[in-house]
This record gives sequence, C-alpha cells and structure tokens, in this order.
Amino acid sequence: MTGTWRHKAFAYAVVVPFAVLLAFPFFWMAVTSLKPEYQVYDPTKVWSFHPTLASYGYLFHHTGYLRWIRNSCLVGFAVVLITLAVSMPAGYALARLSGRVGRSLGVGIFLTYLVPPTLLFLPLSRVVAQYLHLSDRLWALIVIYPSFTIPFAIWLLMGFFKSIPQELEDAALIDGCSRLGALVRVVFPISVPGILTVVIFTFSLVVNEFVYAITFISSSTNRTLTVGVPTDLIRGDLFNWPGIMAAILIPSIPLALVYNAFLNRFIAGFTGGAFR
Amino acid sequence: MLLISPAVLFIGVLVGIPLVLAVYLSLTDATAGSLTGKWVGLSNFTQQIHDPIFRGALWHTFLFTVISQAVVIVVAGLLAHALVRSFRGRWLLRFFILLPWAAPVALTAIGFLWFYDPQASIFTWFLVHLHLVSKLNPPNWLGTPNAAMSSIITVQAWRTIPFATVIFLAGISSIPQEVDDAAAIDGATGLRKFWYVSLPLQLPIAIVAVLFGIVFTATDMVVPYILTNGGPFNSTQVLTTWAFQTGINAGNVGQGAAIALFMLPVLAVVVVGMLFFARRAEVT
Repeated sequence: MTGTWRHKAFAYAVVVPFAVLLAFPFFWMAVTSLKPEYQVYDPTKVWSFHPTLASYGYLFHHTGYLRWIRNSCLVGFAVVLITLAVSMPAGYALARLSGRVGRSLGVGIFLTYLVPPTLLFLPLSRVVAQYLHLSDRLWALIVIYPSFTIPFAIWLLMGFFKSIPQELEDAALIDGCSRLGALVRVVFPISVPGILTVVIFTFSLVVNEFVYAITFISSSTNRTLTVGVPTDLIRGDLFNWPGIMAAILIPSIPLALVYNAFLNRFIAGFTGGAFR
Repeated sequence: MLLISPAVLFIGVLVGIPLVLAVYLSLTDATAGSLTGKWVGLSNFTQQIHDPIFRGALWHTFLFTVISQAVVIVVAGLLAHALVRSFRGRWLLRFFILLPWAAPVALTAIGFLWFYDPQASIFTWFLVHLHLVSKLNPPNWLGTPNAAMSSIITVQAWRTIPFATVIFLAGISSIPQEVDDAAAIDGATGLRKFWYVSLPLQLPIAIVAVLFGIVFTATDMVVPYILTNGGPFNSTQVLTTWAFQTGINAGNVGQGAAIALFMLPVLAVVVVGMLFFARRAEVT
C-alpha cells in the first residue's frame, strides 16, 4: 500500500506546482481586471483594493468588444460548416481506403496543416486584394480559414471513423440500405461525439487565428477578437489594463472548459489517425 | 475518390497555389499594390543573406525554438508521468494545466505585456519580495535584448506545455497493462523500467508531439509580434516578424516572401521526421 501512497505523493509534488505556475497568469488577469484603473500601477495596492466591475462595463459599452466577439463567432460558424461539409466525406473515405494509397493520401493531407500561415500570408494578401476583392471583409477570412481547418478536421475524423467497425456498415447494407444511406443513417450518428469534437476544435482554431486576421482586416468594425483587443483597446500609449485583462478572460474561460470536457476524444482522434 | 476530391481541390487552391505564388514572388521585386514585379532572380535571397538583421532573425528563430521546446519536453514529460496516475483533484489540476493552450494566444500574450510592464510587473514584485532583485533597479523585461529574448521564450514555453503534456500522456496511456506487469515480474522498477520499457514504447508519439511544437514555434509570429515586435534593436527579430515587417509594413513583398521561404527547410526536416516516426508508431 505504501507504493500507491508514494505514487500519489509524487503526482501531487509534480502537478500542483506546475498547475499553479501555468494558471497563475489567469489568476493575475482576474485580479487586475477587478481593480479600479487608478490603482493598477500603485505598488501598495497589489493585493488590497476595492474590487469593481467598472472595466467590464467599459468593455461592453464603450468599445467594439461585443462586435469583435460577434465577428469571431460569425466567421467561426461559417468556417465550421464549410469544414464539416468538405471533410466528413473525405475523412470517411480515407478511413475506409485500405492499403498504402489511402494512408499516404491521409498523411499528405495532414502535412498541409503544417504549412504555416506565416509562409502564405504574403501571396494570399495579394490574392485577396486583387483577385477576390475581399480586402477588409470577413468573407476573406471565411474563404481562407478552411485551408488549415480542413486538413486538421480530416485527420481527426479519420481517426474517429476508423474506430467504427466495418461490420456495422455491412449489416446496414444487407438490411437494404444504400451505401450513402448506411453512411448517413449508421456511421454519422455513431460519430456524433467525434464530430462535435471536430466542431469545437475547429471553432477554437478560427477564434485563435491571428496572422491572417491582422493582414486582411483593416477597419475596426470588421476586426475579430484576437486582432481587435491588441489594436483597438490600446489607444496611443494609453493602456486600459483592467479592461484588457477582462477582454482576455471572457473568451478564455469557456474555451478552457470545453477543451477539458472534450480532451479525451480529441486525443483519441488525433493519435488514432496515425497510430491505428 | 469522389468523396475526397472537394477536400483535395480546396487544399490545392488555398495552400498549393499560394505556396507556388510565394516562390514566384520571392524571385521578383514585387511591392505592395501589385501582384507582379520584375524578375530579379535570386537577388532577394542574396540580399537577405548579407543583411545582419536577417542573420540575427535566423539565429533568434533557432534559439526561440530550441530553448522553448527543450523546456517543454522536460516539463511536459514530468507532468504527463504524474497525470497518468489517478488522484483526487486531478480534474481541476488538469483544467489549470490546459488553460494556456485553450486560451487564444494573441490575447494571453497581451496579458504578458502587462506582467512584464516595467513599472508594475508582478514578476518584479515577487522577485523584490524574495530579495532577488533590487527595487531601485528592477529588470526591464522587454526593454533589454537578453531579458526580452528570455521573456518571449518563457511565454512560448508556457503556452506549448499543455499540448505536449496531453500528447505525451496519450503515449504513456497507450502502453498496454501487460507490458507493465511483465516488466514488474522481470524486476524492472523505477528509472530502469522507465528507461528500458516505458520510454522506447512512448517515444514515437512523443516525438510527433515535439516535432509539432518545433513547427508551431519556428513558424509562429504571435508571441514575438505582440510582446516585442522584434525589438529592442532587432534583438528578438525572428523570421516571421521580419517577413511581416518587410513584406506588409514596408510593402516589400518580394523580399518578404524570400524571408518566409527560409522556413521551408525546417518544415521539410520535420515532415520527414514525422513520416518516419509515425510509421514506427504503427508497428509497435
């Protein structure tokens, strides 16, 4: 029994300090966001101050914050729809393609996910401006973002579809379902948790994106969350620190909660694509 | 095949064509406002290679990537081995550990801008109270070259640790219980068991996670862009920020594209490594 006790002690000794270290910035953001603006720089008021929600009110009523959230969500939903429509059939086909061809094609598609936005933003900025005429429009982001969400989603979906036994589909075929019918009535319904995982992680990839958003969008009303906060909440050299901290915390906490809830499925899909 | 073609088409148009275009632009003197420019051959590349700022950027990209990922491997390895055990409070602690990965990094980087503030840095406050630095001469976290480099490396490590931890954890959990039992019967315990049994078995998945970290760090722009934007005196200039400043801010698209293309060799190495280890993982 002492073995398990020692195991647990080791776990706590390692995990607790690092958890504190990794989470501390968020704790300090929360503290700062509740400070009155005139006290943030006061070194004697590091811990003792009168908490106020004034910064949250300022954020909602006097900045474009709500609009940026709306923009981010709008782009997020549109990109998720496009991504699912394109990658669900592809992910399924790749999972069922046996042999080297299917495998190489799957890995090939995944590798395009590694081609970074920082390599493509220059040519794309020209394409967006001159051929698509979408400069400073949210549509530019909706068109470009699937370039990295589709490979990512195909990879995850491939992992999920591989874990569904072929026999289940064969049974549906024998019962008189068409191939497409088997897909829509049998395979997709069992994959709902997997698909939901793809929706969440795709959405968060979109909300996180920064390089394309800062290159293609120039007006304040069309900014997304990640670009609006660093550019518009800083007026000249005047930082409204409590407001900025609030602006960071509001999207971070819900995202972290869904990540935590869907983490195991994410790992299953992510490693399943390659290692099964 | 019919089912895959839309995906291949989409990726071809949005990744393949821009990639070819990037190579084309790097061979021209294209500037902002025009997609075409005069053909200049390799002069953009030779000009950059002789530019001290570019050489610095190459070196900083290397430092930024290698140091931050070395820290990540050590910390994530420890965390993964601890988190694989079940204990009370695991859910909450895992939630804390996931936070830096789940939150949008463009936003959390601004948070660090505040934590590194020269007047009100919370890190300085801690260090002063631990009597490690003097109150009269506080560190200027982002204002002096060495401190600035360390600061951005810290943030990059902080935000990649959760992802590596999660994938390492998956690698450890994939080892079947029978292997553990067999090792125990053969008398392998503690570090010996780790070195000869657990480590080789989880290595392929772990290496894929590390290669991911390398790609996303070497090609990342957000952390250096927001915290230092290459400064002070280009001391934290990395390939991505330098490409952005040259290509977008200065409007020198051809030069910018040439700078960005220097990321390709890193990508190529990582891709080959990934293919190699992904296959190894499949065998085990």
